[in-house]
Amino acid sequence: MRRRLQNYGPPLLLIAPSVVLVGVFVYGLIAVNVNTSLTDRHSRAPADGYVGLDNYKALFSDEDFQHALGNLLMYTLAFLVGALFFGFLWAWLLERGARGEGVFRTIYLFPMAVSFIASGVVWRWLLNSAEGERASGINRLLESTGLGFLQNSWWSDENWGILALTLPAIWQLSGYVMALFLAGFRGVPEELREAARVDGVTEWQLYRHVIFPQLSPVALSAIIIVGHMSLKVFDLVMAIAGQTNYTTQVPATQMWIEFTRGDYALSAAIGTVLLLIVAVLIVPYLVYTYRQERNR
Amino acid sequence: MKIRGRTTRSRCIGAATVALVTAFGATACGSDGGSGTGEGEVEVFTWWAQGSEKEGLDALVGVFEEQHSDLKFVNGAVAGGAGSDAKNVLASRLQTNDPPGTFQAHAGAELTDYIEQGDIEPLTDAYAEEGWDQLFPESLLEQIEQEGEYYSVPSNIHRANVVWANPAALEEAGVDPNAEYADLDAWIADLEKIEEAGITPLSIGMDWTQVHLLETVLLADLGVEAYNGLWDGTTDWAGAEVTGALEHYETLLGFTNSDRQSLDWPDATQQVIDGTAAFNVMGDWAEAAFASQDKVFGEDYTTFPVPGTDGVFDFLADSFTLPVGAPNPDASRAWLDTVASAEGQQAFNAAKGSIPANLEADTSEFGEYQQTAIESFAQDPIVSSLAHGSAASVSWLTDITSSISQFGSGGDVASLQEDLAATAEAQLAD
Amino acid sequence: MSTVSTAPQPVAPAPASPSKSARARRSRGIQVLRYGLLLFFLVIVMMPVYVLLVTSFKGPGDASPDRAWLPPTELHLDGWRTAWEQLSPALGRTFALVIPASLISACLGAMNGFVLSRWRFPGANLVFTLILFGMFIPYQAVMIPLIELMQDLGVQSGVPSLIVLHVVFGLPITTLIFRNYYAGVPQEMIEAARVDGAGMLRTFRSVVLPLSVPAFVVTLIWQFTSAWNDYLFALFFSNARNGPVTISLNFLASGQLQDYSASMAGALIASFPTLIVYIVLGRWFLGGLMAGSLKG
Repeated sequence: MRRRLQNYGPPLLLIAPSVVLVGVFVYGLIAVNVNTSLTDRHSRAPADGYVGLDNYKALFSDEDFQHALGNLLMYTLAFLVGALFFGFLWAWLLERGARGEGVFRTIYLFPMAVSFIASGVVWRWLLNSAEGERASGINRLLESTGLGFLQNSWWSDENWGILALTLPAIWQLSGYVMALFLAGFRGVPEELREAARVDGVTEWQLYRHVIFPQLSPVALSAIIIVGHMSLKVFDLVMAIAGQTNYTTQVPATQMWIEFTRGDYALSAAIGTVLLLIVAVLIVPYLVYTYRQERNR
Repeated sequence: MKIRGRTTRSRCIGAATVALVTAFGATACGSDGGSGTGEGEVEVFTWWAQGSEKEGLDALVGVFEEQHSDLKFVNGAVAGGAGSDAKNVLASRLQTNDPPGTFQAHAGAELTDYIEQGDIEPLTDAYAEEGWDQLFPESLLEQIEQEGEYYSVPSNIHRANVVWANPAALEEAGVDPNAEYADLDAWIADLEKIEEAGITPLSIGMDWTQVHLLETVLLADLGVEAYNGLWDGTTDWAGAEVTGALEHYETLLGFTNSDRQSLDWPDATQQVIDGTAAFNVMGDWAEAAFASQDKVFGEDYTTFPVPGTDGVFDFLADSFTLPVGAPNPDASRAWLDTVASAEGQQAFNAAKGSIPANLEADTSEFGEYQQTAIESFAQDPIVSSLAHGSAASVSWLTDITSSISQFGSGGDVASLQEDLAATAEAQLAD
Repeated sequence: MSTVSTAPQPVAPAPASPSKSARARRSRGIQVLRYGLLLFFLVIVMMPVYVLLVTSFKGPGDASPDRAWLPPTELHLDGWRTAWEQLSPALGRTFALVIPASLISACLGAMNGFVLSRWRFPGANLVFTLILFGMFIPYQAVMIPLIELMQDLGVQSGVPSLIVLHVVFGLPITTLIFRNYYAGVPQEMIEAARVDGAGMLRTFRSVVLPLSVPAFVVTLIWQFTSAWNDYLFALFFSNARNGPVTISLNFLASGQLQDYSASMAGALIASFPTLIVYIVLGRWFLGGLMAGSLKG
């Protein structure tokens, strides 16, 4: 007994502050938040009582919220596909070393260092919806390069407005995905390539059957990282379209509106819904890695 | 061994990082990291951050520093969206117990939420002590009184139902710049002509400016009594009259610029100033935008009440409050005192382009447009503005704005009306 | 992505190889295509930066959206001056909150990482996974109770609040980076110290810490960037007078009478610190990204 205490006491003590902080700020607050979402606390004053799942029912029967959820789904899919596509492509182009590789890498990656608020300043301009004579931003560029028919109303579009916001998001995160894949490519043992070449395999076959399969863990990581960032989208919408714009509503902006209106129960419910959506993606991943660690 | 090799190299980089961090630290120490308001300071929270609004605020601050030289004014302005951004930020600050010394709010229903949530102190006693109740017109005091108490001090009065027009653009389109429109239909007939001439008939901006247009259309089609009835439940939101107004609104929206969602009001008004658009419906704060670019009233631009609202003053008043838990209540009271004073109101309104709420303020130097507003305010029936928080609570306005934003992105009148009616029902039931 | 098995496939006898010169020609073609694509994407990625730069130097009038793509007619520094006036106090505050927040969370992360990888106790993997979950949650799911908790704790709005939040919610990622880094420290070194009778703290201090500089650099860069670019916490826990630069920048850029050149200059000013960190320490930044996503 004493022996075990001697062995495990110090490490437990060392990690205790962090465990307490995470326990309180993450798990404790999630519990309190779920609790609030089950009450009728529609103002700052304490709740009168519990209303069961009424807030959730109200949310899911609200067309605005359905619209926001649909937007979030579309945004996430488009963002994931776009960022993975460009990230992968760039990494592949750079994989075997290129002259000036460092420059390309640095420039592809730099948007990652910038906040969505800062890049939103310029993207709001680029995605201006005016067309024709008053066109500006990308529309103006299209107009003056003879591609005028491609002009569109970007984020003001009734059905697909949210997709316009994936452009800045893809711009920002593709470099990051590239970095991940680049590390993946470089992690493929040189012996494997050599062995395949000795076998007289063509370049394409080498990639197709030897290298790409080695990248699937990287792809999984990228999907998890980009996916969870995408589901939390908030800054970008606030910076480009603003909080009240209908076409780009997502749950996070609705949560902010409900909060400023003082409806604590409803904001808590929206927060919980967001958590559940992210959990669907993250928890299986965490369980999977946890199992892998244990088996090591 | 590999690790060892790494450390030597990394030590240099580590040292560089430390140096970098220290350099950052030095910058940081030079600045004020704290957040509280100091002694003898009053933080004034407004959305008057730019243009004529800022000029007005600066003029008011000048008077304040003269009257209360021992106090320091701290500008807490937040820009954007006719105060809609500011209101969200303010709500967040109030809910995190971080109130400013005083904040700007539109007099009227906008205060309801703050009162109910216990955010602001009643000022009825201060009104009696300072004699403020003698300074303002009866009609205004009625509008700002809530359950027998005054909660804010009005600084100025604005008119919302104003059309701004560019005569040169109208002539170019073959439309008589001096035409008088009896109702919206007559106006719409001319808008069609202007559109055919290739000029934007009606410029508009983001959500709140659309709500602003909607409110004047409702007023035009419903008249004073039925418009007022919208806010106390005596007018049916689902009724045929409202349907007619919403259809007018839909038609008018069809004559506007397509990039409206990316513009705030100054950009929309600028289109009339530049002559790329013929008309713009905006409150009379737009006057300052014309004046600041040396445009002459009657020549470069003209104004008339939104067709169908002639003889009605669609009103909003800015006012200042005393938040519960204000860091320095005496300093806040001093600010309110300056706001109420004739000198303060004269300086402020002359610069901002609005008209004083204080009857004792000297208005002889005010511009031509302002004189017409002063006259109309004195004699016409007064209704409260929706878009600017006088008619409905913040929460109700939030819902209406969201419905209008949805409609603007391609909705239909029937579901808009359904939404508005459902919102009204929920709000009036509370 | 690809589900093809990892083992190199037995390959059919190689087709008669094309003549050497044809092969060289083809590979030259591929090279041209490759660099063409790389340059094309380079231009696309730099486009927003071009607009930011040229607009920030434009005078009034000149800086209108429909002239977005044209260089300034004459150089004006007014935008930069205005932006600097508006943002410099917030820049100071951002440094004041980001530096302590990164340092504290890095130290806690180092302790956690050490204990979770090299001085383990039963259940260490589970604790790690539970901490890691905190990295992925949408903060909306704890926001409402978080606001009340911070009020009850009496933490001041602005810099103090944000330091606490970035430390707490930075713990998962810093723990992850250090844990992965220490996993590469040979267990024998630690065992040797143990055999010499060194306790946990002494082992940590005299054996592990001296090796930790790279991990610290990576963690500090990561934390510095993410805290610098944060908008969500800043929106809820500070205001334009006591908050970080993202808040001030958003106010500058979403004003009514938009001063376009000042907004663009402001976006650049607000991004410089992270960009400099990224360009100077880019390699380490990349390392941080890898550690943040590739596990073990």
